[in-house]
Order: sequence, then C-alpha cells, then structure tokens
Amino acid sequence: MHDLIPITPLGRTTAQIDRFKGLQISECPDWALASLAARRNREGDTATAAEKFLGIPLPDVATCATAGAFTAFWTGPQQWMIEAPHDRHEDLAAQLKAAVGDAASITEQTDGWCRFDLQGERCHDVLERLCNADTRVMAQGQVTRTRLEHLGCFLICRTKNSHFSVIGPRSSAGSLYHALTVAATSVV
Amino acid sequence: MIINHPLLGPRDAQEFTYLGDASLIDRPDWEAADAQEQFYEYAYLRDNPAGEHRELWFHEIGDRSWLVVTRNTLTHEITSVEMARDVARSKGRSK
Repeated sequence: MHDLIPITPLGRTTAQIDRFKGLQISECPDWALASLAARRNREGDTATAAEKFLGIPLPDVATCATAGAFTAFWTGPQQWMIEAPHDRHEDLAAQLKAAVGDAASITEQTDGWCRFDLQGERCHDVLERLCNADTRVMAQGQVTRTRLEHLGCFLICRTKNSHFSVIGPRSSAGSLYHALTVAATSVV
Repeated sequence: MIINHPLLGPRDAQEFTYLGDASLIDRPDWEAADAQEQFYEYAYLRDNPAGEHRELWFHEIGDRSWLVVTRNTLTHEITSVEMARDVARSKGRSK
C-alpha cells in the first residue's frame, strides 16, 4: 500500500497565503475541476442534464454561475468547466459523466490546473500589470481567458472589485505565483 | 490590430494565432480520381491577393475557437469575422 502525501500545486503540504496591504494572494488547492463539452446535436440534452445535476442552467458566454457546491464557467462554444469542493467531489468527472451520459464529453481536469485567489481592493493594481483583461469593468460572475506570465489562464470575477480567481496550468504554478507576488510586492 | 470576436467582442490580435488562407477548410476528397492533383493544389498553391483575404485565425489565449477573418492585406482593415465552425458547416463539412 502506498503512503502518498497530497501536495499543493506549489509542492507544499499546506496552501500558500501571502498578505499585502489591501491584498491577499492565496493558493486554493481544495477544488475539483472537470470540463464538459456538449456533443454535436446533443446541445439541448446536455443543457437539460447539466441543469438537473448542477441545479442551475449552464452559464452563457464569458460568465460563470454558482449554485450550492458547484460553480460552472464558460470556456468556449458549448464548453464549460465545473468546479466543486475536492473533499466531497473528488470524483467530480465520474459524477458528471453519470449525469450527462452520452450527450456530452467529460474530462477530469483537477490536477491540470492551479488556482490563486486575489482578494482585496488592490487586486486591480496587480492584474492590470500582468494581463490584458480589463478587470475594473468586470462584473461579478464574468469570466475571461487571458495571457498572464505567458500562460493562458482563466480569470474569474467572484466579487466585483475585490475578489478574482486566476486558474492557470498547474505545471507552471511556481511561475504564476512568482508573477503575482512580484507584481504585488512592487505595486502594493 | 483588434479582432472583433463573434462571441467575445473586440480582442487584441496578440491573443490569436494565424494559420493561413481560409480555403484550408475545403480539404479535397481523398477518394476522388484526381485526389493527388487536388491535394497538391490544396497543400502548396495559394493566392496572394493585395486586398481582401479570408483567413483562419485561432483564438489561442481565449475561447480557443477557430475564426474566419476577412482582412484587407493592404490596410489590415477587418471587415468580417465568423466562427470557422459555422463557415465549415454551411459548406457541408465538419460532419
């Protein structure tokens, strides 16, 4: 029997949290992810089955929706990412697959991504130095994909002006963390 | 240069990757009698217009959709942007 120790994207056993004046950058390892892509001509079935499972309709272009434990965000035409707490939904992809059947394709994404949350009134000052996204006009629930430290990242506005999530490739978590903290150190 | 994405609105061209002439959508039928000649033309022969050009762009740092962009090669003015998926399906492709 293997005795494995779970590690965070930054390779530690506890999540990294950095506090600056008016800003907190926290590594958020406790989330399961799975992608959902509607199969051709099964878009209606996918929408119905996903809504039954999530409790909310799949969100429209460039937005996210949250209900209970689940958050769904749009990633492309007829494609979404589903996010849920890891402790209760470690098998999120299997749960989704059981819900949508052959109407959609589900792919496990949990360990492909890392999530950093920026909270506080200074989050714009950091993000505007790092990416193209106009975070100041992003309303709660808006999602965009943008380039940050040469990495294609999802940027989710959880609360307007004060809470953003950056979801980037896990294998580059160290670079992403470096970019965020260096920018925060220089501007805050 | 700004590309007006049909779903996401105006986005900076640096988010996109250029592939080439949109005629690449019209892949020849490999079973045709003159398939060899058709594939030779498909792979190697391109028009090089000074003016309006339909071309494929990939929204790499975005929703990762393929677009057909109509761009004037002299002025870089973009007159139309369509989802390549819709263009291909309207031609009976992407079955």
